[in-house]
Amino acid sequence: MKERRISETNPWEPTWCDVPKLDLKSERYVKIWQGPQHPGVTGNMALELTLEGDVVVDCRTHVGYLHRGFEKLMERRRYIQCFPIVCRICVPEPDYNEYLFAAAAEELAGIEIPERGAWIRALVLELTRTAFLTMWLGGQAAAFGLGTIGQWSVAHRDFILDLFEELTGHRIYHMYIIPGGVRHELPEGFAGRVEAVLERIEKIISDIEKVMFHNAVFKARAKGLGYIPPSWVEPYGITGSTARGAGVAIDVRKDNPYLVYDKLDFEKIVGGESDVYERAVLRKEEILMSIRLIRQILKRMPGGPVRAKLPNVFHWRIPAGETYVRAESGRGEMGYYMVSDGTEYPRRVNVRGASYTHAMALLERLALGVSNADIAGLMTSIQTCPPEIER
Amino acid sequence: MKELLERLEDRFTVTESDVERDNLAFITLPSKEVVQAATHLRDIEGFGHLVMISAVDYIERGIFQLTYILHNYDKHSDIGVRTEIDRRNPVMDSIHHLWAAARVYQQELREMFGIDFPGSPRVDEPMILEGWDNIPPMRKDFDTKKYAEETYFPREGRVTYDPARAMEEKNYPLEARVKKRIQKLLREGKDED
Repeated sequence: MKERRISETNPWEPTWCDVPKLDLKSERYVKIWQGPQHPGVTGNMALELTLEGDVVVDCRTHVGYLHRGFEKLMERRRYIQCFPIVCRICVPEPDYNEYLFAAAAEELAGIEIPERGAWIRALVLELTRTAFLTMWLGGQAAAFGLGTIGQWSVAHRDFILDLFEELTGHRIYHMYIIPGGVRHELPEGFAGRVEAVLERIEKIISDIEKVMFHNAVFKARAKGLGYIPPSWVEPYGITGSTARGAGVAIDVRKDNPYLVYDKLDFEKIVGGESDVYERAVLRKEEILMSIRLIRQILKRMPGGPVRAKLPNVFHWRIPAGETYVRAESGRGEMGYYMVSDGTEYPRRVNVRGASYTHAMALLERLALGVSNADIAGLMTSIQTCPPEIER
Repeated sequence: MKELLERLEDRFTVTESDVERDNLAFITLPSKEVVQAATHLRDIEGFGHLVMISAVDYIERGIFQLTYILHNYDKHSDIGVRTEIDRRNPVMDSIHHLWAAARVYQQELREMFGIDFPGSPRVDEPMILEGWDNIPPMRKDFDTKKYAEETYFPREGRVTYDPARAMEEKNYPLEARVKKRIQKLLREGKDED
């Protein structure tokens, strides 16, 4: 049994609500701000750290540097006009937002999408996951000082962005998944070019494995850091690979299959060590699984139309109702709660960002007792994404 | 799902229930029973995952609708517990003792809708809108357009062009000049009349 830096305490202990009683005037503590502009934080988010020597004794997260009021803006726009907005809710993984918004609108309006449309959607979502997690590996390595891996992985993510550019015309925000299916058919010979990119990514992942997961410095710093007990998963709302790293087998793709995931052959990737190292290994495995899924999708994709016929989208009234749809993004469960009141505008759209509770509630708890130098690695490890926290 | 709704109807005052699909249902409860129902759903029915707490502003009915979406990891089903609270005095019981993550949602609702959750830790601290002195922005009576026009303005020395006219002047300079001259003559003619 190796040493844990955070003891496995009862999650119901009111640690998250008690303000630590620290005598800040005692000259024992130093208060520093990490962020909002800092190479060690993901996105624009600030951590107010109180240090005792080198150890964090209090952490407060401060968000609000990226608030653009998307949910409010959507209330003033027709459903189709929301699409350029929703994809900006998460920068590295925009397609989940597009898919979920489209799925919620389709469910309320009772629109069935053609089968090929669903398969292409799944292909786009898996490509995004591969791109995001590849870049994430670089971020995690860079947080522990292995900057070269960041350069490799960002360069290889660019090959996927090139595919997206060919498919949709855009590199980051694609606006490709729309209600009724996807915007248009795959270009000719696309599958072959996807395969070529997948091979390059597989090769770089095997290289990254050698220099990152077998690196003594990375192991020494990441093993045992940021331990999350499985009993915290429910109270803190932890989802995705962070929960799977703690040995809790939850994956929306398997549990509540959407699109074509019930027809695909894959397994939940579950760990148990629940530290930063374990989570990095799981996400590397997930890239490889996504690659296998993309190959399956390309092989088994049926023919047919890609888009169902919609009513005139500029006068599209969706019947009154409310729904919640979810998908497994690279960071965890992402969901959209949509309320329609029968008019042309959504009454309310609420986004459940996968890292919302990770970054706000969990990080403040996990940071306690961690060395200041490891905060960057810890924060990257629970995949905070500020744009989706504030929306 | 149906049996669950029946069990809940026996125990609580369910005023409305909708089954959206096989694994998602919504029930409406009086606001006083929500914490009880959430505790019951978490501890007895196995809905251990708090997906989100959301609010909808029904300004025409004078209420806020709060929705607590809970998920059951064993049966892979969701339930949305809805409740309605008065818009003039929006106070709701806190559930931060049930889910540690709930306090973040409650802090956000406090800021964005002005709904108070007494006892919820740090609920009055600003989260996203530091230094905000207007009405809570997600309420329906907050006019984003008016706020943007009052708060933000074009930088001095900036010129804006009407796109149609600018393109006309660029692509058809002669015609645009003739058109301008004719319009000027017409204006002068009108003044003389």
